[in-house]
Amino acid sequence: MASTQHAEAGAHPEKVIDPLHQFEIYSILDINIAGYDVSFTNSSLWMVIAAAVAVGIMKLGLRNAELVPSRMQNVAEMLYGIVANMIRDNVGDAGKKYFPIIFTLFLFVLFGNVLGMLPGSFTFTSHLIVTFTMASVIFIAVTVIGVARHGTHFLRLFFPEGAPLWTAAILVPIELVSYLSRPISLSVRLFANMMVGHTLLKVLGGFAILMGAAGILPIALLVGITALEFLVAALQAYVFTILTCIYLHDAIHLH
Amino acid sequence: MTDPKKTKDFDRRLAAARGRQVEQNRPKQSVASMSGAAVGLRIVIEIMAAIAVGVGIGLALDAWLGTKPWLLIFFCILGFGAAMANVMRTARELDRKRLAAKQAAEQNGSNETR
Repeated sequence: MASTQHAEAGAHPEKVIDPLHQFEIYSILDINIAGYDVSFTNSSLWMVIAAAVAVGIMKLGLRNAELVPSRMQNVAEMLYGIVANMIRDNVGDAGKKYFPIIFTLFLFVLFGNVLGMLPGSFTFTSHLIVTFTMASVIFIAVTVIGVARHGTHFLRLFFPEGAPLWTAAILVPIELVSYLSRPISLSVRLFANMMVGHTLLKVLGGFAILMGAAGILPIALLVGITALEFLVAALQAYVFTILTCIYLHDAIHLH
Repeated sequence: MTDPKKTKDFDRRLAAARGRQVEQNRPKQSVASMSGAAVGLRIVIEIMAAIAVGVGIGLALDAWLGTKPWLLIFFCILGFGAAMANVMRTARELDRKRLAAKQAAEQNGSNETR
């Protein structure tokens, strides 16, 4: 795939270092339904793998659940504990019934990020459209939950409590724009973090090849940055989920 | 053996060791201990998203109503206001988390010396 493209473009087909090549989407299985291209791509493949690994870890860990947990059980229980605590701290008791969707989201993003660290794999969270779709679903769901719980009182979310009434003309549009910016900031944060980290890894990898013997320096740096990337992968999954919880809190409690 | 000076010294060291243990065992507040760069990036993205939404709404309404460029200017300013509101909210939230972590730490400390 890569070699054909570069052969057309460049003079040194095998010497071209393209840090963005890792983000390329290609079709594995062409599917066309009613004129829409719904091909099974490498992105879809890694989404399926992430979901499978998440389900696998939970199933394997809880298959022979014991009072003294085995290692796998510990992993599964820790993942559960992180999300359960997060919901309790940020949403409160009313958030308990949304645990399944938030837990699913957390596992999907977490394994998407972490599996993306495997050499040769594909990080689907480094595509804006993927994170934006997830953020849009959250945004719409949270808005629907808020309207369903509070009806027209939900609109109070757009007017800060205690502000003089005449400021409504300025504050309501500002709060409205701020509210609409949520899915964008939520999706861009995850996408930017993943994309920047992975590009950086590949750029430094390119330096290592170009610098010959002195390439040991970028390789040393790469070791540190790879560790940092694992941290970012886990932290961004955490941040994505915690912001979902905060938005849910706003919709349920209105400030 | 029961030299009061020695027991006092022992008590002091015991208290210090217990304090250290509590310090180690305390659950980490991941958001409170978020690095400066992470906080910075978060705030930058909040600003960017709000302005992007403002500009987007402005451009869309301008194209629809044919009022180029007035609504773009208006919503640009609104977007900037929303960005500031976002930043204030984020900062307040981080502040609250840090305060809660600090209070929890003090609580732990006083429980230990009881």
